[in-house]
Amino acid sequence: MRSSEQTLEEILALAATHFKVPREKLAPDDDFFQKLGIDSLQALELLTRLENHFHVELPDYELQGVSDFRTLADRIQARL
Amino acid sequence: MLDLTQYTCLGAALCDALERFAGEVCLIEADRDRENCRLTFAQFKQAALPLAAALQGMGLREEDRAAIIMTNQSKWLISAYAIFYVGGVIVPLDYKLTAAEHLQLLAHSQARFLIVEYHLWRTIMNAPRFKDLKTEVVLVTEAPRQADLGQARRWEEAKSSAEPRFIMRQREDTACIVYSSGTGGRPKGCVLTHENYLEQCRSLTAWYPFWPGVRYLSILPTNHAIDFMVGFIGPFVCGACVVHLRTLRPEYIREAFTRYKITYMSLVPLVLKNLEKGLKAKFAELPPMRRAALNGLIAINGAFTRRRPNLTLSRQVLPQIHGAFGGELRALFVGGAFMEPATLQFFYDLGIPVANGYGLTEAGTAVTLNDFKPFRADTVGKPLPGMEVRIVNPDAEGIGEVAVRSRTVMSHYLDDPELTADTIVGGWLMTGDLGRLDSTGHLHLFGRKKNMIVTEGGKNIYPEDIENVFEGLGAKEFCIFASNYLWPKSGLGKDALVMVLRLEQGQQLSDGLRNELVSRNRRLPDFKRVGGYVLWERDFPRTASLKIKRTALAEEIGRDLPERDSAVVPL
Repeated sequence: MRSSEQTLEEILALAATHFKVPREKLAPDDDFFQKLGIDSLQALELLTRLENHFHVELPDYELQGVSDFRTLADRIQARL
Repeated sequence: MLDLTQYTCLGAALCDALERFAGEVCLIEADRDRENCRLTFAQFKQAALPLAAALQGMGLREEDRAAIIMTNQSKWLISAYAIFYVGGVIVPLDYKLTAAEHLQLLAHSQARFLIVEYHLWRTIMNAPRFKDLKTEVVLVTEAPRQADLGQARRWEEAKSSAEPRFIMRQREDTACIVYSSGTGGRPKGCVLTHENYLEQCRSLTAWYPFWPGVRYLSILPTNHAIDFMVGFIGPFVCGACVVHLRTLRPEYIREAFTRYKITYMSLVPLVLKNLEKGLKAKFAELPPMRRAALNGLIAINGAFTRRRPNLTLSRQVLPQIHGAFGGELRALFVGGAFMEPATLQFFYDLGIPVANGYGLTEAGTAVTLNDFKPFRADTVGKPLPGMEVRIVNPDAEGIGEVAVRSRTVMSHYLDDPELTADTIVGGWLMTGDLGRLDSTGHLHLFGRKKNMIVTEGGKNIYPEDIENVFEGLGAKEFCIFASNYLWPKSGLGKDALVMVLRLEQGQQLSDGLRNELVSRNRRLPDFKRVGGYVLWERDFPRTASLKIKRTALAEEIGRDLPERDSAVVPL
């Protein structure tokens, strides 16, 4: 079982790869919409990547009200 | 299609449609690459009537209000039909609102019944004001077996074998109460009658008919006024099929086109632009020779479809493009927010007509739409049959407020006669939008008289509704505006919320204050956030009761800082 910190780290690494930004530019409390310059549909694309990585199903609504990596990690951790 | 002039209510029309088209498929629910359900009209009836009987048994009487809070899925439609069958009034609520907002609108609408998805119910139950909820009966869909539902019951178990009694409604009776905005301050519950919906349906299908065999792809939730009409009522009364996709993920939307051979789809600008981006990325990957060949074919298609779309020809000239959309797509409908003409032209050049339209909940959804006679990327189309549109107090260029008169215009705002009187004047709905009708009868939009923005996702955001998030900010005073309200004629493509900030005498905008602004802004859902701020050096004009005179302040700002781009500092 992954720890919350591990989950968070893996999300940051995946987001960095998917959106082609250096990993060190992303911090857990960053607003990913703003930091990555993405819209809600692009954020959903990231959710698909995360599903494949963590082998869990993440309905679209898991992104509702979420805009930072840490909260996203909490939501995913709850489903692992 | 049913002759809707013969019906007095949606329940009766739907009831007949379920009989007339019994063997046709009416509803498919897909989630990613799975298909959750596929129902014929007869099976839809079998699914809905036991629920209708249960609702009647639980005390749902005519005119009782029943709210629905669900994502885009088949149970929304089944529940809606069951409510109409027993004479109820539907209150469709946006599932993306917060739990506090849901509770506020449930209270405002006085909904006695609520049908809600489990994950949303869980959030509502945990909200601080939950104890004030007066809704008597709550049915929760898709709850896990061990879930604690509080006083609520399971939707799946709400079935009665008794024969439900059909309750006939009249045309002037309320069908739905749809909130167009105002969760923060003054809720605007549009009371829409059965007549409004029946006439809207007649009007839309006169230009874009549905028939058995048509497959409509629905990605917008059914609480969205567009989807309620073209993703539910319209296809059903024509015997067509709705494919509900439970995800907005672009890869699955693309897949649904081919899997279900979609005929029509409505979307908001955000999704259309995403499809455009995906296609352009694919084109960019082509080797130079193939790219040049594709451009040549696009040019040929353009030359032959300049006056009218020619789907047969376009499908032959550009088979791969049309194949990627399933090969049977006839048109996409886009509305809800400003759409860039270049995107519309991009799709039209590929032989995929995108009908750009304009509407508002208060007018019963669509008011104008493009009819492709010929294609126009620069307008929001012509008034639909039965819609009268006029421009009130036009200036020298013919631009004034758009007013609409039609049998589709709402009856009134719920419990707000004052706002109703300001909005419906002498039978005309004053839209608050600024527009001009050209010599061909097409409507062009230029901006808004009202202080609001419409996001690319089609959501109306009123600045007053989000100001409370910034309360106590370390500045002398602040006020939030829609940028188009400050600079009305600067075009609709750049809708954004702008905070006007007045600092204390001698105060500088410190990093601390800026960080505070950013962090408060992030408490809001992404589509409600402030895009930038304007530093203002005079005290705000106020009324005797010390309320900010927003209109006067907006006029001062627009006059003293005429260039939006230089006045606004992005956040």
